[in-house]
Amino acid sequence: MANTPRTPLKREQIARRIAQDFADGAIVNLGIGMPTLAANYIPAGREILFHSENGLLGFGPAPEKGKEDPNLVNAGKEFVTMLPGGCFFHQADSFSMTRGKHVDVAVLGGMQVNPRGDLANWKIKGAELGSIGGAMDIARGAKQVFVAMTHTTNKGEPKIVNELTYPITALKCVTRIYTDIAVIDVGPNGLVLREVAPGYSAADVQAVTEPKLTYEKEPAVIAI
Amino acid sequence: MLNKIVNSLATAVADVRDGATILVGGFGGAGVPEGLITALLRQGTKDLTLIHNNAGRDETSIAPLIKHDRVAKLICTFPEAKTAYIFRDKFLAGKIKLELVPQGTLAERIRAGGSGIEGFYTPTGVGTEVAEGKDRREINGVMCILEYGLRADFAFVRARLGDRWGNLVYNQASRNFNPMMAMAGKIAIAEVDDVVELGGLNPEHVVTPGIFVQRVVKTENLNG
Repeated sequence: MANTPRTPLKREQIARRIAQDFADGAIVNLGIGMPTLAANYIPAGREILFHSENGLLGFGPAPEKGKEDPNLVNAGKEFVTMLPGGCFFHQADSFSMTRGKHVDVAVLGGMQVNPRGDLANWKIKGAELGSIGGAMDIARGAKQVFVAMTHTTNKGEPKIVNELTYPITALKCVTRIYTDIAVIDVGPNGLVLREVAPGYSAADVQAVTEPKLTYEKEPAVIAI
Repeated sequence: MLNKIVNSLATAVADVRDGATILVGGFGGAGVPEGLITALLRQGTKDLTLIHNNAGRDETSIAPLIKHDRVAKLICTFPEAKTAYIFRDKFLAGKIKLELVPQGTLAERIRAGGSGIEGFYTPTGVGTEVAEGKDRREINGVMCILEYGLRADFAFVRARLGDRWGNLVYNQASRNFNPMMAMAGKIAIAEVDDVVELGGLNPEHVVTPGIFVQRVVKTENLNG
C-alpha cells in the first residue's frame, strides 16, 4: 500500500460506493446533485424503490430522447419514468413518508457535518438567500441519512468540523459520511473512520478532518 | 343544479381583489396553473400574497406576476435557484417579502389549514433559523416547534380532468401541492385539460373530491 499514489474518488465512484449500502428492498430518497448519481450503480440483484419529494415512489431512469413528459419529473426537475408498481401521491402524503419515518435512507449533499451528526447543507454562510426545499424534513425524518460530499472545500478547509458555522439543516441526523477520501460513521461516541480511498492512510484523512476520528485498526480501502 | 363550470379563465379570476392571498399549485414546471396566472396578470390585480413551492421559473409560473410587481409577499420553500432570477432581483431590491418554509412543513400547514387544524408541533426545523421566534415544546421526548395552518382567499390548482361537481384527477407528478391547496383555498379554482360529464371519473379514482373545489375551468392558451 505504501507505494499506491493518493487517489481521491471521483463523483461517480462516491455514488457507486454509496449504492453498495442500499439494502435489497430499501426505500431511498436521493437529493439533488451527486446523490442522484447513486441510482446508476445499484448492485445487481437488489430492488430499490426511489422516493421523490414531489410525489413519486418507484420511479425509474430517464426516458429515451423524445419521450420526455413535463408532468413526470423528479425533485431535481429532471425527466424520469415510472416502473411497474410505481405510484403518485400529493406533497403532504410525500412528506408523511419522510417525516413519518417510512423512508429507509436519504442521501443528501453536505456543506458541513459535525461529530454529533448535525448537518448544514441548504445555505452558504452569509448568503442573502438559500433554498430549503425538502432538506430539513428529509434530514430529520429518514431512518438513515447518508451525506455525500467532497472531504474539504475548494479552498482545502475541512467540511467535517467540530461546530457548524453554516446555517443548520437538522440536528443529530447524519448516520454516515461518504467523501472523496473516506467513509465515516457517526457513532454515539463520535466519528468512526471505516474506509479510506486508495493510497490514503487514516492519518491522511485525520489531517483534513477537524474532529478526532477513531478507528480500531488501519481502515479498509474503499472498493471501487 | 350544482354546476361549478366557469366558461373562461378571465371569468374564473374576475373577483380576485388587490391584497388577496392565493395558494398556487405546482412544483417546478409541473402542475402550475399557468392559464389562471396569466388571466390574473392581465387583470392587473396587485399586492398579492402568493404561497407556492418555487419562486418562478424563468419567465413562467409565478415569475410574470413578480416581474410586474404584483406580489407583495411570497411564502415558499425554494427561492434560490438559477431559474428564479426575477424573484432574486426583486427580493434584493426590497420589493418583495419572503417567508421561507421547509417543504414538508409547508405541505402540512396547507393540509392542516384546509382541515380545520389551527396548528401542529413538528420536529422539522428544530435548531435551525426557521425555528426562530416559534414556540418550542418537547412531546414524547422529541423537541418540536409550533407551526400554524395556512388558508388563503383563493387556490389556483391545475388538474387533468374535472366534472361539474368539482371532482378532480391529476396528471402524474403534476399532482404535487394541488390537492391540499384546493382544500385550503376559500375559493379553489381548478384549471383542467378537459371537463368530463358526471360519472366520467371513476369514484375509486377521484383524487380531489369536489367538495374542496368551487370553480372548474377548461384551460386556454392565453399566450398563443
